[in-house]
Amino acid sequence: MNWMNSTPPSYLQSSSFFDHLLQTRPELTPAARWGGSLPNPLSIDDVQRGYLASVTHGTTVLAIKYADGVVIAGDRRATEGYQLAARTMEKVFKTDSHSAMAIAGAAGPCIEMAKLFSIELEHYEKLDGVSLTCVGKANRLGQMVKANLPMVMQGLVVVPLFVGFDFKLGQGRIFKYDVTGGRYEEIDYHSIGSGGKDAKVTIKERYRRMLLEEEAIRLALQALFSAAEEDVGTGGPDMFRRIFPTMKLIDVTGVRDVEESRIASLCDELARTRAKQD
Amino acid sequence: MSMPYYVSPEQLMQDKAEYAKKGIAKGRSIIAMEYQDGVLLVADNPSTSLFKVSEIYDNIAFSGAGKYSEFENLRKAGIQHADLKGFMYSREDVTARSLANGYSQTLGTIFSQEMKPYEVEILLAQVGEHPGENELFRIAFDGTIFHERSFVAIGGRAEALLAALQKGASEPLMDLHAALNHCVKSLKSVSEQDLQPDGLEVATLDRNRLGRKFRRLLEDEFSSLLS
Repeated sequence: MNWMNSTPPSYLQSSSFFDHLLQTRPELTPAARWGGSLPNPLSIDDVQRGYLASVTHGTTVLAIKYADGVVIAGDRRATEGYQLAARTMEKVFKTDSHSAMAIAGAAGPCIEMAKLFSIELEHYEKLDGVSLTCVGKANRLGQMVKANLPMVMQGLVVVPLFVGFDFKLGQGRIFKYDVTGGRYEEIDYHSIGSGGKDAKVTIKERYRRMLLEEEAIRLALQALFSAAEEDVGTGGPDMFRRIFPTMKLIDVTGVRDVEESRIASLCDELARTRAKQD
Repeated sequence: MSMPYYVSPEQLMQDKAEYAKKGIAKGRSIIAMEYQDGVLLVADNPSTSLFKVSEIYDNIAFSGAGKYSEFENLRKAGIQHADLKGFMYSREDVTARSLANGYSQTLGTIFSQEMKPYEVEILLAQVGEHPGENELFRIAFDGTIFHERSFVAIGGRAEALLAALQKGASEPLMDLHAALNHCVKSLKSVSEQDLQPDGLEVATLDRNRLGRKFRRLLEDEFSSLLS
């Protein structure tokens, strides 16, 4: 095992794990899986025949800024066509000490991208001795989404929602992406996935700037509730099995999970208010 | 016609070894020592941005003595190897032993095949889940691996340093405060200049941390621990 034979010389190599993977083990990257040539796109017929039914999608994940940072949350349901594939899927991932991402799209490639991206950030931090800036991380994720384009042609869409804490600005930031890797910053909140639109409408009605942490968590849950009510691909809180949405807070101190017990009691409270409304 | 010189392989290896040793002897020293919560690494390093001790993976730390450009290359290669292995298999499958093997092969090949050997010594530390499960490896310039217990030193004054460390060594393992003081005292005893806290680099592999165990101690953090 001699590591010194790779070209270009190791001192000129980038600090990217993804690049290293492309050079040394291209078969492990989503980009090179099609031998460098674009596969035939799916036809409308394929789509109608339910070619994609066996791939899990359907989701609602969202991010809302509040006074100290940003909250990111997601439902737990994974579907395969009309079947429920998983009740307890985790769609929100911590990617490093001050950033997190949530994903919508085909489950397998989505989880792979989240894993690859967090290794990418850690790799950079270890090689260069400092973390990437918030915008640097967001741009890098965009490039990785772009590298996934051949998979999109096959219907395996991966769309992330990225949040991070920007030390320079002293606030949380939200970035959304399109399938081509386009990166767009959202000022206040955003939501993606099959129930994304429903969630967004709910947030829009109640959002104001400089929310408190508690208010932001509550608003995120309300939005996920609404999405679950309107969209079959989104799972609401499962009161029987006690399965609740997952949520992370990112502020100057770093990323932390909102405890399940706190989410559970808020969900119970929300369910009671909704029951009264009907 | 000119006659090619004949140099015996013994002579060649001896010359190379001498050359490498001379280079390493110029370098400053680094200690890794087991303590109650993991492994403590202390380096004599006046620079605050060019590190001698760094993180390779969740529970593995790296340290190099000798020529900076050479051990920096090895450090990067190690991180790439570890991250790739962790990505392909699982995070628990990345071990200091396999890294030590990689370094040994690399340094061994360079020593026997290149004109100029690497003037470096490498130290790898891995913190285990329990105190008896830590691993310390030292890899010499020619690729020889040493599997060490309790403490290890590399760099210019390594032998004198080991003797100094041996003197105060105790069972059971020391706490962080005692271990750090013992390391710094040993470093001072072999150093010609006076060692100030700002000339030290201190890091720990602490098994009580979640996820990544490596932590660099800031100067005011460890100065308060020094008595």
